[in-house]
Amino acid sequence: MSILHTVNKSPFERANLSSCLGHANAGDAIMLYEDAVIAAMNGTAFAARIADAAKGCKICVLGADLKARGLDPANVVAGVSVIDYAGFVDLAADNASVNAWL
Amino acid sequence: MEDDFDGGTVKKFMFVNRKAPYGTIYALEVLEMVLISAAFDQDVHLAFLDDGVLQIKKGQDTKDLGHKNFSPTYRALEGYDIEKLFVEQESLEERGLTAADLMVDVEVISRADMAKLMGEMDVILTA
Amino acid sequence: MKFGILVNEGPYNHQASDSAYQFAKAAIEKGHEVYRVFFYYDGVLNATRFSEPPTDDRNVVKNWQKLAEDHKVDLVVCVAAGLRRGIVESSLAPGFRISGLGQLIEAGIQADRLIAFGD
Repeated sequence: MSILHTVNKSPFERANLSSCLGHANAGDAIMLYEDAVIAAMNGTAFAARIADAAKGCKICVLGADLKARGLDPANVVAGVSVIDYAGFVDLAADNASVNAWL
Repeated sequence: MEDDFDGGTVKKFMFVNRKAPYGTIYALEVLEMVLISAAFDQDVHLAFLDDGVLQIKKGQDTKDLGHKNFSPTYRALEGYDIEKLFVEQESLEERGLTAADLMVDVEVISRADMAKLMGEMDVILTA
Repeated sequence: MKFGILVNEGPYNHQASDSAYQFAKAAIEKGHEVYRVFFYYDGVLNATRFSEPPTDDRNVVKNWQKLAEDHKVDLVVCVAAGLRRGIVESSLAPGFRISGLGQLIEAGIQADRLIAFGD
């Protein structure tokens, strides 16, 4: 059964994202929102890990949180989808469970 | 399967502990959640990973903090029929710990197996 | 689909309550049911009737209240977590109710998905 993993903290502050990536199974989805959205951007120290994770998992980032932080949705890592709250709800519905990496 | 609840559906719950005790209240209040869940006859799993492994470290002494030492409660979980305790091997190793440092009988599993186990759950609550 | 939502943090230190609210609103707009919102840990502070944020910012407590009013969403505050933090019947904003932690487990059983927002 696939899981939607949610991460809301910057990987530069917490290990939540690293831990999530270490436990995501192929076919799972990962939602980056709140302060975690920085991880979705091109050119960061995490970009390569996100690009790699996107090969096995569906990775999404919340557009509203990017916009609020002045981050350009057009500049996210290739393979990452920018979605809205409705898309977030769809992800939760489409996967069998939700694991919020708090 | 959710629709069968009235007929006594049992869901797989996993409480995932990722934080050390005392620095924040999460470990204690998760434990309170776990104890309540025992009354609902669900299939309860408890996972300790990342700093959560410190919650079941032997020899906790909180006298100087003025905090209640709630760690004996982990040993009492068996009495509530909560016996599925899993600890992640890698998380122990990263912190220089082994299963011998832990106060309860647990199943030590690899990160890969932990990930697989998570995939079998209906409800996951992480803190 | 039925969603259960867990809010772990108070209204203003963290974005958690705002994110949970936006998620709940979006779920309802898509025709889903929000079976219950459960407030735990410092999340119980979302239920205080004494919150008076500056008028040029969002009012988190009122947002939840309005959602409850408009869509009959069940807003439940954990009694034990509330007692620890001074959230009791007399401090509750309208629309919230106090009950036991069992209401969270029950939401986990009854809802199709349980999603948590926190720190």
